[in-house]
Amino acid sequence: MTEVLSEQVGRGSHGGALLEVDNLHVEFRTRAGVAKAVNGVTYSVDAGETLAVLGESGSGKSVTAQTIMGILDMPPGKITGGEIRFRGVDLLKLPEDQRRRIRGEGISMVFQDALSALNPVFPVGWQIAEMFRMHRGTSRAEAKKKAIELMDRVRIPAAKDRVNDFPHQFSGGMRQRIMIAMAIALDPEILIADEPTTALDVTVQAQIMGLLAELQRDSNMGLILITHDLGVVADVADKIAVMYGGRIVENAPVHDLYKNPAHPYSKGLLESIPRVDHKGQELYAIKGLPPNLLEMPTGCAFHPRCPYRRDNCVTDVPPLYTISGTRGSACHYWREVIDEGEH
Amino acid sequence: MSDPTATQDLIKGADEPAASPVAVRGGQRSLWRDTWDILKRRKIFWISLVMLVVFLLMAAFPSLFTHKDPEYATLAKSMELPSADAWFGYDLQGRDVYARAVYGARTSIIVGVLATLATVLLGGLTGVLAAYFGRWLDAIISRVGEMFLGLPYVLGAIIILGTVAPAQSNPGKATIMAVVIIVLALLGWPILMRIARSAVIQAKHQDYVQAARALGAGPLRIIFKHLLPNSLAPILVYSTITIGSYIGAEATLSLLGIGLRSPVISWGIAIADHASYIRTAPHAMFFPAGFLSLCVLTFVMLGEAVRDALDPKLR
Amino acid sequence: MKANTESILEVRDLVKHFPLTQGIVVKRQIGAIKAVDGVSFDLHRGETLGIVGESGCGKSTLAKLLMALERPTSGSVRIHGRDIATARGGELKRMRRNIQMVMQDPYTSLNPRMTVGDIVGEPFEIHTDVVPKGGRRRRVQELLEVVGLNPDHINRYPHQFSGGQRQRIGIARGLALQPEIIICDEPVSALDVSIQAQVMNLLERLQNEFNLAYIFIAHDLSVVRHISDRVAVMYLGKIVELGRDAEIYESPTHPYTQALLSAVPVPDPEGRETRQRIILQGDPPSPANPPSGCHFRTRCWKAQDICAEQTPALEARPGSDHPSACHFAEVRDVVNAQ
Repeated sequence: MTEVLSEQVGRGSHGGALLEVDNLHVEFRTRAGVAKAVNGVTYSVDAGETLAVLGESGSGKSVTAQTIMGILDMPPGKITGGEIRFRGVDLLKLPEDQRRRIRGEGISMVFQDALSALNPVFPVGWQIAEMFRMHRGTSRAEAKKKAIELMDRVRIPAAKDRVNDFPHQFSGGMRQRIMIAMAIALDPEILIADEPTTALDVTVQAQIMGLLAELQRDSNMGLILITHDLGVVADVADKIAVMYGGRIVENAPVHDLYKNPAHPYSKGLLESIPRVDHKGQELYAIKGLPPNLLEMPTGCAFHPRCPYRRDNCVTDVPPLYTISGTRGSACHYWREVIDEGEH
Repeated sequence: MSDPTATQDLIKGADEPAASPVAVRGGQRSLWRDTWDILKRRKIFWISLVMLVVFLLMAAFPSLFTHKDPEYATLAKSMELPSADAWFGYDLQGRDVYARAVYGARTSIIVGVLATLATVLLGGLTGVLAAYFGRWLDAIISRVGEMFLGLPYVLGAIIILGTVAPAQSNPGKATIMAVVIIVLALLGWPILMRIARSAVIQAKHQDYVQAARALGAGPLRIIFKHLLPNSLAPILVYSTITIGSYIGAEATLSLLGIGLRSPVISWGIAIADHASYIRTAPHAMFFPAGFLSLCVLTFVMLGEAVRDALDPKLR
Repeated sequence: MKANTESILEVRDLVKHFPLTQGIVVKRQIGAIKAVDGVSFDLHRGETLGIVGESGCGKSTLAKLLMALERPTSGSVRIHGRDIATARGGELKRMRRNIQMVMQDPYTSLNPRMTVGDIVGEPFEIHTDVVPKGGRRRRVQELLEVVGLNPDHINRYPHQFSGGQRQRIGIARGLALQPEIIICDEPVSALDVSIQAQVMNLLERLQNEFNLAYIFIAHDLSVVRHISDRVAVMYLGKIVELGRDAEIYESPTHPYTQALLSAVPVPDPEGRETRQRIILQGDPPSPANPPSGCHFRTRCWKAQDICAEQTPALEARPGSDHPSACHFAEVRDVVNAQ
């Protein structure tokens, strides 16, 4: 971060975590109506910490990330409430030119589809170097040298020879490494990875997750990993936020969630996935469908699919009940869910 | 959302509620439904639709718009300016310009529509065949199409029409119209062939076509049930625009003296007949030319409105 | 589930090379993509054979060959002794009744301009003698009911259904001709986690009910383990290891299988710090130019000179009783080893 930036975004002078999303609300105005994509999401990440945001399509996990990055399409998107504090400063209130500086230098992002996230008509080295030229005004030669260093750092073999190659000349795994190189170019403090390995094969996925973990260790970044894959989460996360219907339904340190989930949705997910380490009987299937964002169920969004449902679930929206220090569950009957036994 | 049903309880834990419009951005809606939703909120669509209805009425029932006989000539009134008696004045031979413009709509629209129909049939058929069977058939059709495309439109028309129906010949009303229609289609099909071909190639690689093949479906079923319904949109859009441009092309050919000619009444002929009198009696050419422009504009606007509504890239 | 060991599908030395050509007018072959390069296996009545492998290993081409959507370069696919790969016309059409498929993408595998009734009823329109015309609508409704959809929705269009429901429509279409074999090509990978289990349970229930044999192609090893009786692991167009699910998952002998299994993240954070991982270097080589000898040798930690010289046969080796295509095959439990 440059000095200008640290003045505005008061370095270390606040009490909270490095990045705090606080009661964020995002809507989409569509022809069919208003879709409430994010309904009061709160989470935080500190330096060196890995937060996994777990959810299915339409859960609001990616929209939240796009809002943090300031790359949400508006319209149709609209932020209707909440704050996103980075080092204690609300990003949503910053003017666009200051936000642009934070993007890349403070917070940066790795996307799922590296092929479409990279520009096909420029060499990859040029695209990485562009980060330095744009944000730092680095000279052409110097920027290229740095690009090669970064490609080495993300373990692209023969980086020097490949710096002038185009995105399509790389394999999926290598393209994802290039994306990561661009994302870490300016030493961001927070890295958001949105389904970074979903499009990749399992052996390549292992390489990329290993690389991300290593980079995080080296630079003490905060990492927000957005995924639907319970396996990947179990491997790398420190804490987990489970999202459903635009809300966080459970917040927990990783070991607690897998050992003893406190929300029927997280519990159902854990029971419904087949495992590679044992055969198992018939899978438990969460009945029904994810909610329609245009017509959210009343009360708890999960109630139409929930085996613990009572009458008040249909009428009362459950708040995020605190279970213990850092654990929370948005279920009226979390005690029952937790008591039903450890995994 | 409709009511859940008893059958769904057959499967443990699988009682999905009845069909719902799912998530907003993940959910797909039908193409035609979406198109209509967009169309009906566009002003340009309604304007062109109203104009289209007017022109179609004019073509079908010209007597609704005028009581005068377009053939009736009073030489004494030759080139008389517009008056209360004749709104658009009289032409060279003393015929009512307004009545002739109204009656001209029929010819122009028939030529435009039929030539487009012929183009769609010819171009669509060859395009579908080329795309579906590929290999050597595709190569032949594509190359032949390129040869026709390489021929300048007017030059091609002059050569063909000049041979089949030279200016001094005097073919019947229907014959000359048929010849012009065939010439327009013959010179215009390659573009439609290309559009149909690329649309079908795109549809051909969809999984549902593979699924139909795996079921043992033959080429006819695949083409008519799966490929054509899914390739119709771009063909439809181009056709609408083509009607407009063919009406213009017909006028151009008439102006050059090789297209339609008397006794046929058309805008093109009216323009051709009075082009040399533009300084002395502009009204005789101005009004048919105005009708022609409006009519071409109507079809082009309609086509563009439909294209905008269908094109997902513009959404 | 596997009481019967009668083979209903026999695949022998199946090869599919896609020619790489150069030139516009005169096409000259300059090489070939060896998508499927000598694959043999049997499928028994009522069993599930899982096929796993990473992208580019040839598993999807294999599915197309089995469905006779592509013609093989050489080799045979025999259903009850008759080769579908060389069948033509009426014979091929008859054979198709016995082998059907469920595709990966529930959004592109259904014609958006057809109603659900037309989609599920299309098999009867093509094979007109299966169900008389008057009974077709009823039969379609029965099929919808079998896959857990509301039979009253017969006149709806695909876009009115969710991904999971569409996949059920695709399954109903596959079941219509009462085939003995269904090829499932990544049938759940496009679905949300909570919907995957619903579809897998449906597939298992249908298998028991109709004694179906599945070839279940997927990249997700956990899903394949759950549903398969036997598993074949593919790498660059070849099967490198083949065995019962316990043999493959608990005592794999091929280094590639071991690497693949060890790369699968286990949804349990306990002991993750001490978990042993085999991380392969690099990406799979291009199938247009596979390495000599054993295709896996360029990424293998056991590779010796012999691996470049001799192609290892897929056969049982000392110390294990299931076939593995590695000169140095050796049991190593990577999933439960911690």
